[in-house]
Amino acid sequence: MTKTIMIDPVTRIEGHAKITIELDERGEVSDAHFHVTQVRGFEKLCEGRPFQEMPSLMARICGICPVSHLLASATACDALMAVRIPQTALFLRRVMNLAQIVQSHALSFFYLSSPDLLLGMDSNSAERNLIGVLQANPQLARDGIRLRQFGQQIIESLGGKRIHPGWIVPGGVSEPLDVKKRDAILAETPEMLEIAQRTLTWFKTVMSDYHEEIETFANFPSLYMGLVNDEGKLSYYSGKLRIADASGRILVDHHNPEEYSELIGEAVEPWSYLKSAYYIPYGYPEGIYRVGPLARLNVANGARTERADREWREFRQHGVVSSSFHYHYARLIEILYGIERIEQILSHPKILSKHVRADAKPNNFEGVGAAEAPRGTLFHHYKIDEHGLITWVNLIIATGQNNLAMNRGVLQAARRFVHGERIEEGALNRVEAVIRAFDPCLSCSTHAAGQMPLEIQLARADGVVVDRVMRG
Amino acid sequence: MKPAEQVTVLKINGDEVSAHADQTILDVARENGIEIPTLCYLENLTEVGGCRLCLVEIKGAAKLQPACVTRVREGMEVATHSSRLDTYRRKILELIFTERNHICSVCVANGNCDLQDMAAALGMDHVTYPYLNPSVPVDLSHELFGIDQNRCILCTRCVRVCAEIEGAHTWDVRNSGINSRVFTDFNEPWGESQTCTNCGKCVNVCPTGALFKKGKAVGERTRQIDFLPYLKTMREELK
Ligand code: SF4
Ligand code: FES
Repeated sequence: MTKTIMIDPVTRIEGHAKITIELDERGEVSDAHFHVTQVRGFEKLCEGRPFQEMPSLMARICGICPVSHLLASATACDALMAVRIPQTALFLRRVMNLAQIVQSHALSFFYLSSPDLLLGMDSNSAERNLIGVLQANPQLARDGIRLRQFGQQIIESLGGKRIHPGWIVPGGVSEPLDVKKRDAILAETPEMLEIAQRTLTWFKTVMSDYHEEIETFANFPSLYMGLVNDEGKLSYYSGKLRIADASGRILVDHHNPEEYSELIGEAVEPWSYLKSAYYIPYGYPEGIYRVGPLARLNVANGARTERADREWREFRQHGVVSSSFHYHYARLIEILYGIERIEQILSHPKILSKHVRADAKPNNFEGVGAAEAPRGTLFHHYKIDEHGLITWVNLIIATGQNNLAMNRGVLQAARRFVHGERIEEGALNRVEAVIRAFDPCLSCSTHAAGQMPLEIQLARADGVVVDRVMRG
Repeated sequence: MKPAEQVTVLKINGDEVSAHADQTILDVARENGIEIPTLCYLENLTEVGGCRLCLVEIKGAAKLQPACVTRVREGMEVATHSSRLDTYRRKILELIFTERNHICSVCVANGNCDLQDMAAALGMDHVTYPYLNPSVPVDLSHELFGIDQNRCILCTRCVRVCAEIEGAHTWDVRNSGINSRVFTDFNEPWGESQTCTNCGKCVNVCPTGALFKKGKAVGERTRQIDFLPYLKTMREELK
């Protein structure tokens, strides 16, 4: 008889989800699915609205990474207006995006995942949280809080409002940077660099305790996609698409993100509202690819800042890194990069220029904007009528692009850690932790609001649920 | 009716005040530093008494009266604030909010909107009536301006400023009740209007984000209504 285990909802991820694990006659795991049960709907809501409203409307998709949506959206609007935004505006948008990456990664790593890493996957779930971390390693917890604050304060200082800053607008940004704000940010970067470096050192020491997890957390060959700059180095905004395979071979390079639809297809599965993206030339589901921190470090040939480049070399010393467990590692390197790059950009002589916005009427009826969001490449694609009213919207979100990999990862971990008809605490947490490694943002990828907890169900082949665990 | 020079004495909120007999309660109250909330009223335009936010209690009258169109009378006793008035005013605001789709967070007028300010000032922090969620259009056909009917509160300031000050009378209201809509000329798209002079006065007087300059992002609309008294005086001199 086969059985299904359901984990519903996965805790400590943004949004809500359910995992089902199916057992075969021998009680071994035969299949696993990561379900997203919310309905999409944001695209529809935008129809008929003036395109200038899109960045702010889109920022409402998600309270966790509004900046990424603002950025991708405003970039799509720039394309509709057919403008090239002023250089300083580009710099400022970059700073905001990197600040977002720093704060979001700090949330993911320190608040959501460090409890697993510091206290162990089998530790008591009641203590496996940030408070537990604070007791066991106060410095780690404090560092996490400081880093997140740093990112948030930059967003707040530039955008005037932390959660939904309306400062990124079609054509550029609405206000230039003033010297006081710049200096205040620059005054903090040395401390932040130290924190990022310290955390990396710590992570490398605990990594050796997680051999089994590294082996089984979505550790399989796949393709990777990310933006890179002209030299093929890390880029989080206004770069070009690169896709590399499991061996590091570059399949697609310097592809204009506006033509993403030549590369990326989206499949719909009955068990999830989350569309699964795949690389078209390889078909579905063979075209499985990953995006986000791990993918970005896998496709790039380096970082253009000193410390991050050094870390990148170490990270990639054996070539492509295929375990999704290392999303954590990659996130820490990206935090370091983000801080260094913010420092670099803010030190540019033109950063205080008052010329930060281009103006134009709609000149194209279709526009695409892309940016690297904390969780991966984000695309906004709009069509408008002759007056600038939105007629069609498509969003391709990181979590959808990682969907195939998350499913395969859940199956892999379930096969290794789930045995028999009961879900042990350690197994439950490991299956969840696979999902958490991807840091999926479900409210955003299904474009629905609100949060819901997670459930895992273990079911037999005849469909009878033999065990069920609820979280959240 | 008594001649305008005649001085009338009345009481507002228990205090005696004097007024010209042709003044409205609103005028007199404001002259005496008493604030009465208004939305459709705009100084220098004809009063229409449309929004009913300025309702006041008058001793001896069973019904509440709109202060913006009610003339003062000798011995009148007016109350501009009471818990009954507060409740009615909040309800009026709630009804305005339910009638169209007012999404402040993505509106061009966010932070610069009379309706939003009024809701905050009168403590209307939630809406108890069901939203109508009507499907109403946005028209961006005009070269410079746009109209989003979702945000229109039918105050008719645009209609009045266009007819009375600009003299074009491009705007008017069609249909009735909750189906009322402002429209231009013979209801063709604004961009095709033969009478619109592109002056932008309507955009400047609109209390909400219904009328706006194109190309503005959320919260970016600005208004400038200082021109009104000058133009009004000029028009009167022409007569
Ligand atoms: S468009 Fe503006 S000014 Fe005209 S009636 Fe509507 S709210 Fe009033
Ligand atoms: S202000 Fe008097 S009715 Fe609108």
